[in-house]
Amino acid sequence: MAPSFDTLTEQDFHEEEEEEIDFSGTPWEPYFLRHLKEQYEVKLEEGLDTFVVIDGLPVVPEDSRQKLVKFLLRKLNTIGHTSEDAVFMPLNDKGMSEGFAFVEYETPEQALAAVKQLHGVPLDKKHTLAVNKLMDIERYGREGRIEEEYHAPELEPFKEKEHLRCWMADAHARDQFALYRNDKVGVFWNNKSNPPENVVDRAHWTQLFVQWSPKGTFLASVHPQGVQLWGGASFSKQKQFPHPFVQLVEFSPLEGYLTTWSSRPIQVEEGQPILTFEEDGKNIIVWDIESGKPLRSFVSHDLAAPAAAEGEVQPKKKVQWPAFKWSADEKYCARMHQGQSISIYEVPNMNLLGRTSVKVEGVNDFEWSPAAVTREGVKTYEQLLCFWTPEIGSNPARVAMMSVPSREIVRTRNLFNVSDVKIHWQSQGAYVCVKVDRHSKSKKSMATNLEIFRVREKGVPVEVVDSLKDTVINFSWEPNGSRFVLITNSEAPAGVAVPPKTAVSFFAPEKKGNTAGNFKLVRTVDKKTSNGIYWSPKGRFVVVATVHSQSNFDLDFWDMDFEGEKNEAEKDLAANLQLMKTVEHYGVTDIEWDPTGRYVVSSASVWTHSMENGWNLHTFSGNTLSENPTEKFKQFLWRPRPPTLLSKEEQKQVRKNLREYSKEFDEEDRYAVDIANTAVVEQRKRVLSEWLAWLRREMEIQTEEREAFGLPEDADSPKLAKDARAGNQQEGDTIVEEIVEEIIEETEEVIG
Amino acid sequence: MKEKIGVTSFPSHHRAALLQERSLTQIKFNKDGDLIFSTSKDKVVCAWWSANGERLGTYSGHQGAVWTVDVSPNTVLLATGSADNTVRLWNVKTGECVKTWDFPTAVKRVAFSPDGSKLLAVTEKRMGFLGTIAVLDIAYGDGELNNLNVQAEEPSLRITCEDSKATVAGWSYLGKYIIAGHEDGSVSQYDPKTGDQLENVQAHEFDHQINDLQFSPDRTYFITASKDKSAKLISASNLAILKTYVADTPLNSASITAKKDYVILGGGQAAMDVTTTSARQGKFEARFYHKIFEDEIGRVRGHFGPLNTIDVHPAGTAYASGGEDGYVRIHHFDKPYFDFMYEVEREQLRK
Repeated sequence: MAPSFDTLTEQDFHEEEEEEIDFSGTPWEPYFLRHLKEQYEVKLEEGLDTFVVIDGLPVVPEDSRQKLVKFLLRKLNTIGHTSEDAVFMPLNDKGMSEGFAFVEYETPEQALAAVKQLHGVPLDKKHTLAVNKLMDIERYGREGRIEEEYHAPELEPFKEKEHLRCWMADAHARDQFALYRNDKVGVFWNNKSNPPENVVDRAHWTQLFVQWSPKGTFLASVHPQGVQLWGGASFSKQKQFPHPFVQLVEFSPLEGYLTTWSSRPIQVEEGQPILTFEEDGKNIIVWDIESGKPLRSFVSHDLAAPAAAEGEVQPKKKVQWPAFKWSADEKYCARMHQGQSISIYEVPNMNLLGRTSVKVEGVNDFEWSPAAVTREGVKTYEQLLCFWTPEIGSNPARVAMMSVPSREIVRTRNLFNVSDVKIHWQSQGAYVCVKVDRHSKSKKSMATNLEIFRVREKGVPVEVVDSLKDTVINFSWEPNGSRFVLITNSEAPAGVAVPPKTAVSFFAPEKKGNTAGNFKLVRTVDKKTSNGIYWSPKGRFVVVATVHSQSNFDLDFWDMDFEGEKNEAEKDLAANLQLMKTVEHYGVTDIEWDPTGRYVVSSASVWTHSMENGWNLHTFSGNTLSENPTEKFKQFLWRPRPPTLLSKEEQKQVRKNLREYSKEFDEEDRYAVDIANTAVVEQRKRVLSEWLAWLRREMEIQTEEREAFGLPEDADSPKLAKDARAGNQQEGDTIVEEIVEEIIEETEEVIG
Repeated sequence: MKEKIGVTSFPSHHRAALLQERSLTQIKFNKDGDLIFSTSKDKVVCAWWSANGERLGTYSGHQGAVWTVDVSPNTVLLATGSADNTVRLWNVKTGECVKTWDFPTAVKRVAFSPDGSKLLAVTEKRMGFLGTIAVLDIAYGDGELNNLNVQAEEPSLRITCEDSKATVAGWSYLGKYIIAGHEDGSVSQYDPKTGDQLENVQAHEFDHQINDLQFSPDRTYFITASKDKSAKLISASNLAILKTYVADTPLNSASITAKKDYVILGGGQAAMDVTTTSARQGKFEARFYHKIFEDEIGRVRGHFGPLNTIDVHPAGTAYASGGEDGYVRIHHFDKPYFDFMYEVEREQLRK
């Protein structure tokens, strides 16, 4: 997950702005060079950029010039504003016009628009307008500026590119991760309890943060000049997206597209090779990663700010992020205009589906299904999205499911007394859990209902879980499963500074043949402070933790399918819950599973606080493998893996022969440990013998020197052997009392 | 491979709150290890029994914070240096001040030569005076504790530190060199006869002050503790850096243990450098490292503020630490401390 924009401090933006990454040798370099040159040139031509030259006009005598100008003006004024005085049509010696005219618009923007929109437009049947900027005529029209002869562009020789997925070929199937600390970003191999192996480590690799693409192919770095993607074995530059002052970055699910956002509207300047005037004034660009070109750009819609309490400053508007949500197959992307409509675009042409946005009065949020699902009885292609609207007047709140591309509403559900709704799709799109926060009539107490849509079943039945008396602060589906975990928050006692206690509840469906039965509560663990739920990407294991807390830092590692005795009361449920281990990580802010579900990393980022920053590596079962306190630690990101290439049958085969595979791996592990241990022991032996040799040599030198000085063996002992202590003892009047005490504290740790 | 050693917290660590009500500046065991001398910013020097932490007595007379203390090898004389610009010499037994030397600036460190015949004093750079290292000749009267006040008036040698002031200094084996640590993180070797600088090495990060310098029992090498969060083991004869111990907090003190091959480091974020000062946050723990393998092997908690000074019992059976919190804590080592050994060491021993 990318760090959310509001957690970045002001400092992060301004830090190291001087030390920019070297862009020389990149395709951006000519842009920067030219940019400089142009700045110089533009100064000379200042004021001329409101002028355009119109060519292709009919040649007319002086008296009908007026008429032509008026006729022309009608066309010209469709774009911007200009007047008869501002059109100059020169005449030659014969009193005839030359077929061209100079036109001055009010603003340079209008002039630009005219060039864009009027060029090539027919004036009448015989004449077609050719509109150019006056500056361009100056620049390119002069003799010698453009070579007359055509030179075929030189074809660059083919260069072998690095394999973008080479990390998948690791012999030990290790995973990589990116580590951003201080001003350095490094990529490492995870070596379990051994120190990670470095792949690359670069200073000032990014200015804001780094982010992997969803399938792990690219690592994105963010700079004031734009976004760069890196990849291949040596993490070489792959793509660049010059969005000036970009702040947020989001990949589409299949890595085909990239959305970038900046709070500053883009100012397109001349000579920019990639951005065109289309992008001027926009905040969001949707890029095609393959071509490196913008697909389309947008002005961002801000979310409505929460209502300001009386006397307070109106809180800042929140940026809607991700601005665009993608359907699972990347064929559509959509964004919401809060309270008004959902706009669905077809990719890659980025045209509005059905030419209009879908008007949904009051729409508050929507989510695409994260995977293509087939509803029973539906044979045509469809993608589903779910949205909700709050109560408006006497109309109830509504949750609806829309089928795309037909834009038909296929299922709705009305809800009452709704304060807030969150939509949670299960990763395969089999269920949607709609978390509904309801208030009582008096609006004093809150409670949560879960409305679970079973998308695959006939008619999309809805099951309601309303046994919860408190508000649910977090909810998470098991990936590829049908179980979920939620955390409820009891009312905080008024006026007490301690954070309210939370309760963690585990739900599982009843066992019922092949299909999942009704969802039932497995167990509730209360008196917790947990607020985060982190499922293993493969399901079954889940970490429930307290993050971003000042006083609690616990991580509970749960197993949902414990292979042991089962609680009698839960025997009908498809789960056997077991707490495997609880560990603490002081100041933990983030928790991330590796893509294979073998390891968990908990980390404390300096973006949140500056106390004991660093990251700890645990196994899926909560055994801590290593602790890595790191100064100014910012981000730890596992490199995602693309989905497996094995077919279902092959996967089954692997699972069947797991025992044999694991034997091999155990052998390998033992061997690796042996090697490592031997290396450590050898190293220590060497260090020890070096030390002893040094000591011996030093002693010899000392003895030699002592002899050379003619000093006795005990030259370093005090000058006067007769000392005060002897006197003390003679007097014998000092009693030293020694009190033998018990052991207060003893720490022991098994040598590992 | 982290292994922890058991060090029992000596329970009767005394509340020095009565007298040492300000932060500790230096602690020193005498050669027999039965006495501990401590100085603090509250002008008073204390002597304690190391066995039980009972106070033996105080040495009063200084007019300012006392920065440093050392005891002569025969435990006859005690030398102290203070912010009142004096070095005082005390009769250990009677507590009387036998001699006062005045300097133009505060005295930050005193150290007896191995044979006790000389005392060095490091003076502060201030008010137009450069930092110096002064060497005083010490006499021991008639050997019956009489005439201890007969001492030379003037230093026999003055070394002026032109580049960067010395913060700590000590004597190598046979008093052959004076070794000094500087404010800029460098370490110098001086000839104690001529005062010439023989060598200067940038041992620590530039501009990270060296806060402590203590010798090994045989004085062939020493350890330095610096603000740059590391301690270094350095050869006295050529200033070669032998070992480096990396901590995660600025270090104020470092000591080499006798008997076992460990070093003890102490430090912690100064209160002014941390926003929320909790014991956890400040890292106020004594850290044990293996001297030869440079690994951290254990920690001992207890102080509520940064550790300012550490000294190890000459026999290696205990250590004492003094903190910013005003406490002196004495810890006696347990069996596991002595038993702890790397496999390679065991092998070496069997040979």
